[in-house]
Parts: sequence; C-alpha cells; structure tokens
Amino acid sequence: MSKELIRLRDCVMSYGDEVVLDHINLYINDKEFLTLLGPSGCGKTTTLRIIGGFLSPTAGDVLFDGVRINHVPPHQRTVNTVFQRYALFPHLNVFENVAFGLRIPKADGSGRKVKVSEQEIHQRVMEMLEVVNLKGFEKRPVSALSGGQQQRVAIARALVNRPRVLLLDEPLGALDMRLRKDMQNELKRIQQEMEITFIYVTHDQEEALAMSDTVVVMDGGRIQQIGTPEDIYNEPKNAFVADFIGESNIIDGIMRADGVVEIFNRRFQCLDKGFAKDEPVDVVIRPEDVDIVDENAGQLRGTVTSVTFKGVHYDTIVDFYGFKWLIQTTDYCPVDSRIGIKIDPDGIHVMKKSAYSGMFGDYSSYSEEYEELDVVEPDGEDGEESDSREGGHEE
Amino acid sequence: MKNKRGWFAFPYVIWMALFVVIPIVIMAVYAFTAADPATGATQPTLGNFTGMGLYLSVFLRSFWLALLATLVCLLIGYPVSYWMAKEGPRFQRLAMALIMLPMWMNFLLRTYSWMSILENNGLLNQLFQNIGVIDLYNRIAPFFVDLHNVFARYFGGVETSFVPIYHFQMIGTPGAVVLGMVYNYLPFMILPIYSVIVKLDNSLIEAARDLGADGVRVFRRVIFPLSLPGILSGVTMVFVPSVSTFAISNLLGGGNQMMLGDLIELQFLGGAYNPHLGAAISMVMMVIVVVCMVVMNHFGEGEEQAVML
Repeated sequence: MSKELIRLRDCVMSYGDEVVLDHINLYINDKEFLTLLGPSGCGKTTTLRIIGGFLSPTAGDVLFDGVRINHVPPHQRTVNTVFQRYALFPHLNVFENVAFGLRIPKADGSGRKVKVSEQEIHQRVMEMLEVVNLKGFEKRPVSALSGGQQQRVAIARALVNRPRVLLLDEPLGALDMRLRKDMQNELKRIQQEMEITFIYVTHDQEEALAMSDTVVVMDGGRIQQIGTPEDIYNEPKNAFVADFIGESNIIDGIMRADGVVEIFNRRFQCLDKGFAKDEPVDVVIRPEDVDIVDENAGQLRGTVTSVTFKGVHYDTIVDFYGFKWLIQTTDYCPVDSRIGIKIDPDGIHVMKKSAYSGMFGDYSSYSEEYEELDVVEPDGEDGEESDSREGGHEE
Repeated sequence: MKNKRGWFAFPYVIWMALFVVIPIVIMAVYAFTAADPATGATQPTLGNFTGMGLYLSVFLRSFWLALLATLVCLLIGYPVSYWMAKEGPRFQRLAMALIMLPMWMNFLLRTYSWMSILENNGLLNQLFQNIGVIDLYNRIAPFFVDLHNVFARYFGGVETSFVPIYHFQMIGTPGAVVLGMVYNYLPFMILPIYSVIVKLDNSLIEAARDLGADGVRVFRRVIFPLSLPGILSGVTMVFVPSVSTFAISNLLGGGNQMMLGDLIELQFLGGAYNPHLGAAISMVMMVIVVVCMVVMNHFGEGEEQAVML
C-alpha cells in the first residue's frame, strides 16, 4: 500500500481560455482504491482520461512508475478503463467482449509481440466471468443483458488483461439503488482479491466514502482536499468539502483563542488550534453532532420550523437568529416549539475562510434540495415551498 | 389494440394496389402468354422463358458489370464515408452537398456529359492529344509490339504489326459503362455507410484502444464489423439499379454493351417489339434480384440487430 505508482505533476488542461484542470498534483499508491469525487464539470473525468491516455495534459507531467507517459497512447498503457456507459462491443457476445484484449498480441519484456493461446484465453475469460458472477452467460449477446450484467462484463473485459490500474468512470451511474449497493461491495471485493489499483470517478459522496482508501475532492478544476474518508468527513478543509460530503451546518465564527470559537456571540469549546486571535473562520457542525435539550439549558435557542421523519432519525430544521440549521435527532420536536441545543467540543470543526465561505451550509433552501431527491418535503412556511408541494400532488 | 389511425394508410394501400400489385399481375399475364403472329390472339405458353437462353450473354454482362460497378462504388465509397464521418460538422455538410449536387441534375444530362468527355474526339482524348500522351503511346507501343513478335517467332504465336492510334478507345467499352454507373450510383453507396459510421459510439473506439488495439485493429475489429449494415444497404442500393440500368449502357456502351435494361426496352419500344418476352425477362431479372437481396439480408441479419443496440 505504500509504493507510489502514478503521479500527476502540475497538470494543466485547458481548451483555449477555458481551464478544465488547474495545476493538479496528485500521487496514487500501488494497490490503492482512490476516488476522484466532485460535482459534474469539476475535472474528475478529465483527470481520469489523462491517466487512461485519451487526453494529454496541456502542461505538466504524468508519471507511471517513475516514467513520463504524457504521450504514450492508451493501447500501450498497462491501464484499463471501465467506461461510463460500458461501451461493450454490440457485435460480439459476452465471451468475445471479455476476450477482446487477450486476442491482441502484446509486447513482452523483450519487445516481441506475443499471442495468448486460445486455450489460455478460454481459461482466463472463464475465470474472470466467475469473478464477476457471470458464469454461464458467455454465449449471450451483450444486448440481452441487464444493466448490472453489462456492467460486470465491462469490468471483466478490463480486468482480464491484468492491468496495473483499473480506471472506473462513474461505473454505477446507470444502475438502480439496490444494484449500486451490491456492486459497491462487489467492486471492493474484486479490488482486494485482484490486488490492483482502482481509480474511481464519482459524484456520489456515499459511494466514495464507502469504497475508498483515499478520496480526492475536486471542484472547479482544482483539488480541494485529499484524505481518507474519515479525514474528509471529520476534518473538511473548506466549506465546499464540508457541504459536498454529507450534511453540514456551516456558520460564520470568530476564533477567540485556541480551543474557543465564537458563534452568534456565544463562545463554544472546540478542539481546533493554531488560528490567529480573532480570526474569522467557517465553523462546521454536522447535524448528528447536535444534542437537543430544554430551551433554558441550551447553548443556543431556536424555533423548530420543520420536521421530517427519516426512519432512523428526524430531520429537524431549527431557526437560530434567522440562520437555519439541520439537526438529525431521534427526539421528536413539534414545529414551532422552542428548543435549546448543546454541542460537544468534538462536534465542532473550525476551517479557514476560503473562496467558498458563505456559499453553503444554510438550510433555508432545504425543501428545494429535497425536492431534487424526490423525497416528500417537510411542511414549509414560505410560498415557494407550498408551490412545489402542490406540484408534487398533481403528479 | 389496433392502431386507431390505421386508416391514414388507406390511400397508400389503394396506391399500392393500383400501381404495384396490379402491374405485376399484368406483367405475369404477359410473361406467360404469347401472341399468335398470324391471328394476333394470345395463348398461354412458357415459350418466353424457355427461349431466353439466347440472351444469356446479356444476363451475364448485366450482372458482371453491375457487380463491378458495385465493387468500385464500395472501394471508393467506404473510405470517403469514413473520412467524412471523422471530420468536423462543417466539412460534413459541405461534403454532403457536393455528393448530392450531381443528383439534382438530370440523369440523362449527366450521362451525355460523360459521352462528350469519353468520345473518340471528346474532351479527354483532346487533352491527351494536346499534352502528347497519344504521341508517347505511339512511340512506346511499337517496342512492345516488336517484343511480342520476337516471342511469337520463337515460342509460336501470331505476329502482329503496329497500327498508330489517333485516340484512345474509351466510349463503347465495358469500362465506360461501369464508370457511368459508378458516377450515377456512388451517392447511394456513400450515404448509408456514412450514416452508420457517423452514429458509431466513440466510446467503443476508445474502449478498443484501451484494451490494446492499435489503429488498424480498431478498424478491423470494431469499426468495420459495425459498419457492415451500412455496407449491405449501400451494396443493395447500387447493385439493384445497376443490374437494370439501360440508358447508361446504351449511351456510354455505344450499342456494344447491351444490358438487361436495354434488352427489355427493345421489346417494348424498339424494333424487336415483343412485350411478352420483355415481361418475361423483367420477371426473371426481378426474381434474381430478390433472391440476391434475401441472401444478403440474411447474411447481415445479426449485424442489423447489433446496430439497434
């Protein structure tokens, strides 16, 4: 897990004036599961295509095992890709799709082209179909397969070549929820069994957290944060990361001293150190780290504006001095009730101000976010919310 | 549930009956009857078919030249289509316009133009005359004739003498007929192939490259197999009109290259007036073409489904 395999050094990708990647520096270790995570247009797919050899960076270097490979074409790289919409060959059956790469003579160590024997092809394809649970499907045309099965063929077709690195471009995007979860586990299992490096592109933060050893959060062509899933979730570097990964309340605060942060003119104990005195900061408080207490016992007091039952907990929106927080709690608090909250020091995370400060973290627009997710939104109080609710009933 | 708007097709059904089914029935009646030369009364007979062996050479020439024209169209059309499909949209529109442009001109006009180009004192021969190609031929050819005569003397054979030429014989040759057909029918080869290649998912090509295929292999193992449906429909669309072509072979063949179309025309409008025989030849040709198409479509069936994906 420690040897460095791929390094991107100051990679820039631009089309005319449009900068798609802005000085990306990244290294990827051997046998690592690394995820490039970000919203669409953040440059994650471009990064993947540079590693796959389909694009060459405008500036900067791509190193593989210490060798510069900027202009090595894809068919000469020991990297294989699982494409977003699978890109299976429609004129070949499952077996021939998987065997495609094996049927091409490859240069061996001495540079001679070596053909894989028909017998070995058969054996390796069958082995790989077993790995992806598609035994018995080898004669089927790919058009007769379901989305999940096509996905498995695409994975088998890439892995059968024994690449050093497997690139996966939003491979689960077209699958339904249940299948996604199954495939996540499957992919993780395959990665551990085969002991190869996976570079995975997704915009789904849950997927990224569940599968990865390392997560690279990207936005606007820049890397926002690199870290383990725990780091990314617990110690986001800026408001973008905090907002993109999980739910978070992001509040303006002032660092009064090491371990003391002021929010809404009240001081809170926290664990963060190393800021200048009275430095303005962004404070992240995760919805699950807030305890609801009696109004008079709380560090802050607010009014509940909406409650949604989510199964394990209630999503409760509370208005504190005009700023709306999301709190996830198992205690039911009716709308319009006054409550107090307490936050433990380890529930508070302080971040430096960044370009993203003030853009995220307020839950005034909460109902609209939920509308996108096709979830019945909580009782609203302003006009927009009731409009959208009526729209929902009409359907 | 039956399609509610099915009656919209009604006019077309009448059209089909009037102008497709009934004519074929009339044609069949003609083909299986003959007029008694003395009385003019018609009687059923198979004589139109049994006597068709006379025209075997016309049948063979028609299918041979049509095959050649189709092959040339494919050899020219495929690279053009491929190249067009890989260029940007502006180039594609321009190329498309250039390919379609000759089709908007009258078919006879196009063929007459070729006549004036290929004639013995036509444009091409005048050009050859002016730049000295014909003189060059007259100087070089005697040497080969001498060489031939030397071989003939020692190994047996007919000695020939050199006759100087004043023009190249182009018109009236099978080559001229094939050229005329290629010129007229090339767009029907390019369009279907182009439309298949242009719709080819680029990620398939990337996938093949990713799996280790170089340019040649990507073409051989992905692009070509996936463009087969376009090739099949292009071949059909060129071969069928080529087999039954008549004016081209008449004008550019100079009367020496009679094809089935000309033969049929002769039976209806020409001196050999015999509509019964004309109908019989048409039927035989139709059956052969239909058989060819069925065989080809059967051959391409798997690919057709593949493209539906």
